[in-house]
Amino acid sequence: MNKTADYVIIGGGVIGCSIAYNLAKKGAKNIVLIEKKYLTSGATGRCGAGVRMQFGTETNCLLAKNSIEMFENLEEELGYQDSIEFKQGGYLLLAYTEKMVEQFHKNLGVQHKLGIPSRWVTPEESKEIVPHLNTQGLLGATFCGKDGHCNPFKTTDAYAKAAERLGVEIMTYTEVKQLLAQDGRITGVETDKGVIETPVVVLCAGSYSRDLAATIDIDLPITPERHQILVTEPVEMMQGPMVMSFYHGLYCQQVPHGSFVMGLGDPNEPKEYNFNGSWQFLHEMAAKATFLLPPLANLRVVRQWAGLYDLTPDRQQILGSVPGFEGVHLAAGFSGHGFMIAPMTGKLMAEHILGEETSLPISMFDFSRFARGELFVEPSVV
Amino acid sequence: MCQEKDKNLTILCRCEDITLDEIREYINQGVTDLEQLKRLLRVGMGPCQGRTCTPLLINEIARATGRPVKDIPLTVFRQPTTAVKLGVLAGGINHE
Ligand SMILES: Cc1cc2nc3c(=O)[nH]c(=O)nc-3n(C[C@H](O)[C@H](O)[C@H](O)COP(=O)(O)OP(=O)(O)OC[C@H]3O[C@@H](n4cnc5c(N)ncnc54)[C@H](O)[C@@H]3O)c2cc1C
Ligand code: FES
Repeated sequence: MNKTADYVIIGGGVIGCSIAYNLAKKGAKNIVLIEKKYLTSGATGRCGAGVRMQFGTETNCLLAKNSIEMFENLEEELGYQDSIEFKQGGYLLLAYTEKMVEQFHKNLGVQHKLGIPSRWVTPEESKEIVPHLNTQGLLGATFCGKDGHCNPFKTTDAYAKAAERLGVEIMTYTEVKQLLAQDGRITGVETDKGVIETPVVVLCAGSYSRDLAATIDIDLPITPERHQILVTEPVEMMQGPMVMSFYHGLYCQQVPHGSFVMGLGDPNEPKEYNFNGSWQFLHEMAAKATFLLPPLANLRVVRQWAGLYDLTPDRQQILGSVPGFEGVHLAAGFSGHGFMIAPMTGKLMAEHILGEETSLPISMFDFSRFARGELFVEPSVV
Repeated sequence: MCQEKDKNLTILCRCEDITLDEIREYINQGVTDLEQLKRLLRVGMGPCQGRTCTPLLINEIARATGRPVKDIPLTVFRQPTTAVKLGVLAGGINHE
């Protein structure tokens, strides 16, 4: 199989599918999306599925707020017959130290300027929101009722189906082996099924973006980091919001299906490609979750798994082009919060790729910030 | 298998309450990848982790695609091997 395309998108996660749809919607033709396994086989299908507007920088607040407003109408926009299981039960972010309290108040200030309906809540009010919360040691929390959950498989499926209806060709079980370039411009991609000639490549292959960029001597500062997560059997709805504690490195939410999804960040995690679940994670997760949310002790864990964060030095995504290189666009390095901003990211990337002015600025996410030493610091991530 | 009975009532995945008809609908739309069916329908994601329904599902896919059962790739089996209570798992550790 040798063929030509106007645009080749590498990666069938939520980001690749959202970019494909948005490009096609704007009238771009001859778009091919390549995925080495099946759609959502990467981080997208392994994620915690939480969506929130509560960030600490104006840029991320705007990206997330716009995206959540897009999730609200996504089924209609994409003509999806099924449900993307969007639930707005809120996010309760817990504060355990004076420093956190101070930071959370700063974050609220940023959020309120942008019209995000978040607020400070006392431990007593937190208990009204999540009655089974153990408030021992809790100094307070912030809550935003517009935050919540969305099903990543269905969301990606919705984008992929809509993209296909607009003419995008999606090739699964096809792996890109290397990018092809000549004189500082992209000429194509070599896959395990043959070469596709193209003047434009959009790289959204998660952690693997680094390996692919390296084939044309572009050095992307992205490192894979394993994150583990588990799901319980489904029970009656009892917890509206996602409960998140940066102090414990924990998040826990009951999804519309009734099961609880919960995960931990481990500061000592080695940086490597690792998909194995560990016994220590089960123990530690269970200890922390049953301390914070005691009644969960009665729930049975049915499955645990692991996925990769594609970490950049400042834990923020890389969006945009590569200076001095024609035809390469990057949307990778989402560092653990890429699902929730996928709707707006797809739109912004499509605008950028087509040379239009982007609806929100993206220059702070450009690849050269690392060389310039201008890291973008977001205080509010696990 | 029991496809002679009332189709609407034949449950293939009893943990997640998914009928044979629902599964056939996806398969007819071209979704014949076990990994995809699992993620889009939740078949095999219940407390038994597909121990009951996966063999039935593979038969269905084999029938629809004309491929031999041995050529249908299985999904990854994930821990724990049986459902365990969080409280029991937490028991082994001291925490604040
Ligand atoms: C445990 C965990 C919990 C998370 N929780 C949340 C959360 O609650 N909220 C949130 O917003 N985000 C969360 N995230 C982050 C989120 O999952 C990601 O940021 C997001 O899914 C990124 O999507 P993506 O499309 O960029 O990457 P991916 O979904 O990883 O997609 C990249 C795709 O590229 C494919 N690929 C790789 N190499 C090649 C190649 N050579 N050729 C062809 N295809 C290739 C891969 O197979 C993969 O499917 C979490 C992540 C993890 C791991
Ligand atoms: S019968 Fe399908 S998961 Fe148990």
